[in-house]
Amino acid sequence: MELNSLPQPEVYSDKALDKTEGAGIDFVKQQHQVQIEDPDSWQNEESQHNFMLASADALINWARASSVWPVNAGLACCAFEMISTASSRFDISRFGMEIFRPSPRQADLLIVNGTLTWKMAPQLKRIYDQMAEPKYVIAMGSCAISGGLFRNSYAVVPGVNKIIPVDVYIPGCPPRPEALLYGIQMLHKKIKKQKNFAKRKSA
Amino acid sequence: MTVELQAAEIVTKLEAALPGSTVESGGNTVVIKDEFVLKAAAFLKNTAGLDFNYLNFLTATDYTTYFELVYDLVSLEHNHKIVLKTRLNNREKPELASVFNVWQGADFQEREIFDLFGITFTGHPNLKRIFLWEGFQGYPLRKDFKQ
Repeated sequence: MELNSLPQPEVYSDKALDKTEGAGIDFVKQQHQVQIEDPDSWQNEESQHNFMLASADALINWARASSVWPVNAGLACCAFEMISTASSRFDISRFGMEIFRPSPRQADLLIVNGTLTWKMAPQLKRIYDQMAEPKYVIAMGSCAISGGLFRNSYAVVPGVNKIIPVDVYIPGCPPRPEALLYGIQMLHKKIKKQKNFAKRKSA
Repeated sequence: MTVELQAAEIVTKLEAALPGSTVESGGNTVVIKDEFVLKAAAFLKNTAGLDFNYLNFLTATDYTTYFELVYDLVSLEHNHKIVLKTRLNNREKPELASVFNVWQGADFQEREIFDLFGITFTGHPNLKRIFLWEGFQGYPLRKDFKQ
């Protein structure tokens, strides 16, 4: 018998309502005199089937590649393609990287998008230096790759790899968001091939 | 639309006020001698009927043998315009009077020309680099600039 199936009063007088309430309380009290079981067998369950064997490299690289947080830095027009990559139509959060960090200290990836001028170069280098290891760089667009159209200009750095090391180059002027996403997937592949515990060669 | 004044009538007025100031003219453009720039600017701004109270832009061109400076003047009152030009033949040390005291909008544009062409504007209140960094060698918008 359920609580809701108790007889309801037809006339809504105070006394009738109180009586119904009392009947409900009595009913619940009657039904719930025994403690509900809470077995502790679940504590053993984990050890029964929740183990996975993997190499440390695979696990670490999987974790790193699945949460690459980019730093929020836009240089020129390619930045708009990066912005639209981040927004809902292309949705960079599918790769666990929707959190564009305003501080380079919390970021793993620097997307250099657009023309780098010599006047901006010290700032970009500082952003890169402030990022914590492991850090990755994507050169997005022909200007970032080689200086592009402005290669011969007195004011433009002919390729950001003159300033900082680059992991992935994405050609285009500007590259479409799909191209950026493809480049990001390439970076993921690169991260997944890292050897974190390789023997270091002594200098 | 802004009416483009004929150069001939401006030349007549300029020659009346500043004899020997104009070099040549044509269309809507008047070319004046460089030593008359400041006086001509003040005259064009303050003369009733002309009232060129707004400097649209100020820029420079390198013609390899000389620099040409272009002042695009507009009168917001009468909605008419004229182009004033002047030529500098000294490539080694080009100098010109600043028109900052006539049109304050010339401030940054003269600094830009100073930075990229190396033309000094005498009388400018704050003539220092605006785009390039301190220590940059050469003047990149000159035709003979080599990096």
